[in-house]
Amino acid sequence: MNNRLYGNLIFELSQEGRSGYSLPKNQFGSYEVPASMRRKEDAALPECDEMTVVRHYTNLSANNFGVDNGFYPLGSCTMKYNPKINEEVAALPQFAGLHPLQPAETVQGAEEVCRQLCQSLCELTGLYAFTLKPFAGAHGELTGLMVIRKYHESRGDEARRLVIVPDSAHGTNPASAAVCGLDIVEVKSLSDGTVDVEALKELLAQHGSEIAAMMMTNPNTLGLFEKQIPEIEKLVHAAGGLMYYDGANLNPMLGAARPGDMGFDVMHINLHKTFSTPHGGGGPGAGPVGVRKGLEPFFPEVSPYHGNFTVAMRALAYIRSLGRENIKLVGPLATLNANYIKESLKDVYELPIDGLCKHEFVFDGLKDKSTGVTTMDVAKRLLDYGYHAPTIYFPLLFHESLMIEPTENESKETIDGFICVMRKIAGEAKTNPDEVKSAPHLTPIGRVDDVLAAKHPVVTYKQMVNDNN
Amino acid sequence: MAKVIEGLYYSESHEYVKVEGNIGYIGITDYAQHALGNVVYVDLPDVDDEVTAGEEFGAVESVKAASDIISPVSGTIIEVNEALDGEPELLNKDAFGNWIIKVELSDKSELDGLMDAKAYEAFCENE
Repeated sequence: MNNRLYGNLIFELSQEGRSGYSLPKNQFGSYEVPASMRRKEDAALPECDEMTVVRHYTNLSANNFGVDNGFYPLGSCTMKYNPKINEEVAALPQFAGLHPLQPAETVQGAEEVCRQLCQSLCELTGLYAFTLKPFAGAHGELTGLMVIRKYHESRGDEARRLVIVPDSAHGTNPASAAVCGLDIVEVKSLSDGTVDVEALKELLAQHGSEIAAMMMTNPNTLGLFEKQIPEIEKLVHAAGGLMYYDGANLNPMLGAARPGDMGFDVMHINLHKTFSTPHGGGGPGAGPVGVRKGLEPFFPEVSPYHGNFTVAMRALAYIRSLGRENIKLVGPLATLNANYIKESLKDVYELPIDGLCKHEFVFDGLKDKSTGVTTMDVAKRLLDYGYHAPTIYFPLLFHESLMIEPTENESKETIDGFICVMRKIAGEAKTNPDEVKSAPHLTPIGRVDDVLAAKHPVVTYKQMVNDNN
Repeated sequence: MAKVIEGLYYSESHEYVKVEGNIGYIGITDYAQHALGNVVYVDLPDVDDEVTAGEEFGAVESVKAASDIISPVSGTIIEVNEALDGEPELLNKDAFGNWIIKVELSDKSELDGLMDAKAYEAFCENE
């Protein structure tokens, strides 16, 4: 299958009347479904034998690129290795076979897993209580903001409807605030990429009594630690607002600093980033929310049962297998790896903000802009060399953002290999720019037409058939 | 290098106003279309909607990002460039030739707070 794309759709493999089963002769008579409940036409399901189905999905899976295939430096996503012991633990039939409506006395082991995970998360973040219910990061943001809203309402402070969001924030921050029925006000960054405290002061002077919360990602989306956090926290709290910590970039903080100690009141954690549970292929994720003491009565019911329980099990397996000593190394090693790559490439890639970064950093494209080779081209060319592309064109603070996050897992050999290829591409941009601009050449599909895909997405089989007719 | 046209008024969020009497033609600048890359969708407002200086009235979506369009002036929309609905790429072809909305200005003194071509050119160099 090397370099050849398996591209069939299951519908194309369908043969009328084919099936993967053979039922014994009916000995019990038949029951007619009432006409009012019957479909008017047959469901358009594919008809295939079992082996065809198995081959189809196995071949499709071979088209995938994941952390198990190779280096995946997707900035802001913390694509760390998902240890196989997590899977073993989560697959234990005593846990995997549970039903959420089982009597409580039969699920004490599962309750204990949740309790231990919450306790570990409290210890790691410096917060007082966690809920494991949210299903993903943005769901966690919404849950956290609901806590904040209820808190203000419980004090009769109904006017607090504004959420301060830095201009470098993840798009989910303003989106979650809007879904929660709150309004957003943006605070600008300084040229070094951190929050402009003077602008924040002005904003608080103008809107102080309407501020519900300030949402911050620390380190921010440029991978820079917000050094003014003690002052920011004091200002927002003095104005009556709460501090929300977006846990997207928690990884470099593990073992180094705790959001609770920085003055944050509410946070979410992406277990699928910091705590090594799968993501990128749909996860599922999990976005536990933690709060300072006194806010836990405001946890809303955002999912009917216990969230994605087996994801919580994987996270606990990760925490326990690293142990207290090793988990302290996660943040420092992630930080070391990012800085090593940054320093090794900054003579050929434009580093807009020099200095130490945390777990990730952002280049503003190639240093030599005269070749016309863009960040998009560099990202596509990386695919030819077998690497997943970094995050590109985010954050929006620069025109050619290229955001690299290696995580703590990678060996020096892997990282050196990546650096070598990034330098090679920078060289190709000068000697053979057309090769880079038309990349990728070695992948099953070449350069895709982004504009056509955005303007005319074909996402169902029916639509494809209609388009071809 | 992005094109800048004499005689227009420019905002820091990269919109322009071309003024004819009491009417303003509002669009995004060549610098803006260049920074956005291939535009794939323009979210247009409706005729008779009010726009307020400094507030968004629509959005431009490119393959890279979605961006609000901020009105540089206040007034009432009297016409919307419907052609952008089917052919958003017109903004890439000629940002100044394809205005987005036509507005009856309610306060022409707001124009004093905008940049002229020279000031905008200098502003872009520092972006």
